[in-house]
Amino acid sequence: MTNSKKTGIDKSTALWMYQTMITTRKFEAECRRQADQGKLRGMHSSIGQEAVPTGICAHLKDGDQILGTHRSHHHCIAKGVNLNEMMAELLGKATGTNKGKGGTMHIADINKGMLGANGVVGSNIPVAVGAALTAKLKKSQNVSVVFFGDGAVGQGVLYESMNLASIWKLPVVFVCENNRYAEATPFEYSMAGQSVAKRATGFDMPGINVDGQSVVEMYHASKIAIQKARSGEGPTLIEAMTYRYQGHFGADPPLTYRTEEEEALYKSKDCIRRMKSYLIDMGYSDEEKILEMDEKAQIAVSESVKFADESPFPNLEELHTEVYVKYE
Amino acid sequence: MTQSQEKSRQITYVQAVNEAIEYEMANDPDVFIMGEDIAGGAGRANLGKQDAWGGVFRLTKGLIGKFGEDRVRDTPISEAGFIGAGVGAAATGMRPIVDLMFVGFFGVCGDQIVNNAAKMHYMFGGKVKIPITIITSTGAGTASAAQHSETLYSIFTHFPGLKCVSPSDPYTAKGLMTAAIRDDDPVIVFNHKLLMGRTVKPEMGKGIGFGSIVPEDSYEIPIGKALVPIEGTDITLIGISYTTLVCKEAAEELQQKGYSVEVIDLLSLSPMDNETIIKSVMKTRNVVIVDEDYPRCSIASDISALVAEEAFDYLDSPPVRITAPHTLVPYSLPLEMEFLPSKEKVVEAAVSILE
Ligand SMILES: Cc1ncc(C[n+]2csc(CCOP(=O)(O)OP(=O)(O)O)c2C)c(N)n1
Ligand SMILES: [Mg+2]
Repeated sequence: MTNSKKTGIDKSTALWMYQTMITTRKFEAECRRQADQGKLRGMHSSIGQEAVPTGICAHLKDGDQILGTHRSHHHCIAKGVNLNEMMAELLGKATGTNKGKGGTMHIADINKGMLGANGVVGSNIPVAVGAALTAKLKKSQNVSVVFFGDGAVGQGVLYESMNLASIWKLPVVFVCENNRYAEATPFEYSMAGQSVAKRATGFDMPGINVDGQSVVEMYHASKIAIQKARSGEGPTLIEAMTYRYQGHFGADPPLTYRTEEEEALYKSKDCIRRMKSYLIDMGYSDEEKILEMDEKAQIAVSESVKFADESPFPNLEELHTEVYVKYE
Repeated sequence: MTQSQEKSRQITYVQAVNEAIEYEMANDPDVFIMGEDIAGGAGRANLGKQDAWGGVFRLTKGLIGKFGEDRVRDTPISEAGFIGAGVGAAATGMRPIVDLMFVGFFGVCGDQIVNNAAKMHYMFGGKVKIPITIITSTGAGTASAAQHSETLYSIFTHFPGLKCVSPSDPYTAKGLMTAAIRDDDPVIVFNHKLLMGRTVKPEMGKGIGFGSIVPEDSYEIPIGKALVPIEGTDITLIGISYTTLVCKEAAEELQQKGYSVEVIDLLSLSPMDNETIIKSVMKTRNVVIVDEDYPRCSIASDISALVAEEAFDYLDSPPVRITAPHTLVPYSLPLEMEFLPSKEKVVEAAVSILE
């Protein structure tokens, strides 16, 4: 990596990125504990993938919308969704982001620019195109970013969406988090051509392959894509190479389909550890201050559990409300 | 003990479906199966990892080892593509089984199911048969929220050209799966997640192995026929899949209160066994239909209309439907439990009719 690229990130942004990633990791670890206690009902862990949304969201404002998948806690945290409300949602509480109605696969907070996680693979991609269309029609200068997995590349709707976004020059960035697996299916099996980025060519948009375990790389790659979108030059497809450290969902033992050697290889490129070195190399921080950041993250996470625990479950009437805005 | 009882044992719902598929694949070379992670670990036979999952619910566990990757095909997440391919393969001489992991994803591939699978036989003047079996999972109670917890039976029964079955325990699961594969029409098999042992509330997990003396030999439960697992004379409770379990539990409690209860396990949603329903209602004169699906335009409404049209003069009380409310499936546990039809709700309805 060239130094000029490295120095392109200012101190406060770099520190924010580290804080965001470590908070995400600790939040996810806590979710696991909550699940083990039977309080949190089922989730897909984002541990290992923290750098992808963090590098991107460093360029986004509240008015920009992001959209996620079944595995979206990291997207939410990077976009600034409140941790207390997230944990409350995960425990099914009335104070949750979605009042307990959505749960882990559907966290949304439109005021923060999180237009929702979505449990149907590929389903959110055209919705992001729609958010970008709003931005264009309202001349808001906002952009939208949709995250999807390597598995979503199998869905035809991705290609319809890329085509629409390209012919209309919409301010949207398509971000594939290629963590090499869709459930137990390796992408080398399911993806002809072995590349998501290459698929952009036919739609006349840039397609770039990025080390998604490096938040610095993610930052630089997405900076260009988001500037391009914001200035009306149309969409970009980013393929972020990453790895989920845990199973597909809580109870999935990943060694049934992958090897320890492979896990060790990707864990050796851990995004948080690399960012730590970066902060020190750049003189932005030191071991002691990093420990403080880690502690700050842990405190925020513990507070979120306290908040969620002390919150009530929704009233049973909530089952029937908000199906419609009005229904008479 | 008779010969056939000797060769029966208690197995889980998942094992029962697995046995049915295995038998059909072993006995008919045209049968094959495809879906996402139907084996899992695709392309990793060299690492001994090609049967990593055997489907999300393990319905197909072990099959790739027996039949190979040609006939047990992992697919990309491309429901429109591989279910459509299943239709094409069915039209040209194969008997595909395809897995739509959760019924809520039907929207992704609905065109292939309702415009091709359902319609080709008719549109082509009966000259093409589509012997495809679509298996899918249904139901709330697993904290999977609005997109992964629906039943949606009535969407499919609405379409002429599709057959729909909903087993209620391991015995009916094996028999209906066998019948579905052998049927020359497209058949959708709805497997309820709670019956397959998925649950977040342990008391709901009793679906595993429930009521299930399952013969080792292959057998069919005819599509279009209901079963009457409990006979009685005061009231008829009609269940579908998981709600049959609810009806049986309610029946037990009502019997303790001194009522004679009949339970119908509907099993087939299209065609539906109107005769068994009407005969039962004429006898008991009261009926409660228990359906987990949304209430509007549902199987429950359909049965209610059937009873009103064909047994009106026999009724002592209007038919009662216990369904999910007209709302979406919530994540939060207390709300989700409130969403589901329960034994308590059925007992309450029955008592208020019979008192
Ligand atoms: C349309 C659809 N089909 C199948 C599923 C079941 N499913 C949930 S996650 C998943 C794998 C997704 O893989 P990927 O897109 O790579 O995301 P990752 O889990 O790796 O984050 C599957 C098949 C689904 N949710 N939606
Ligand atoms: Mg993936």
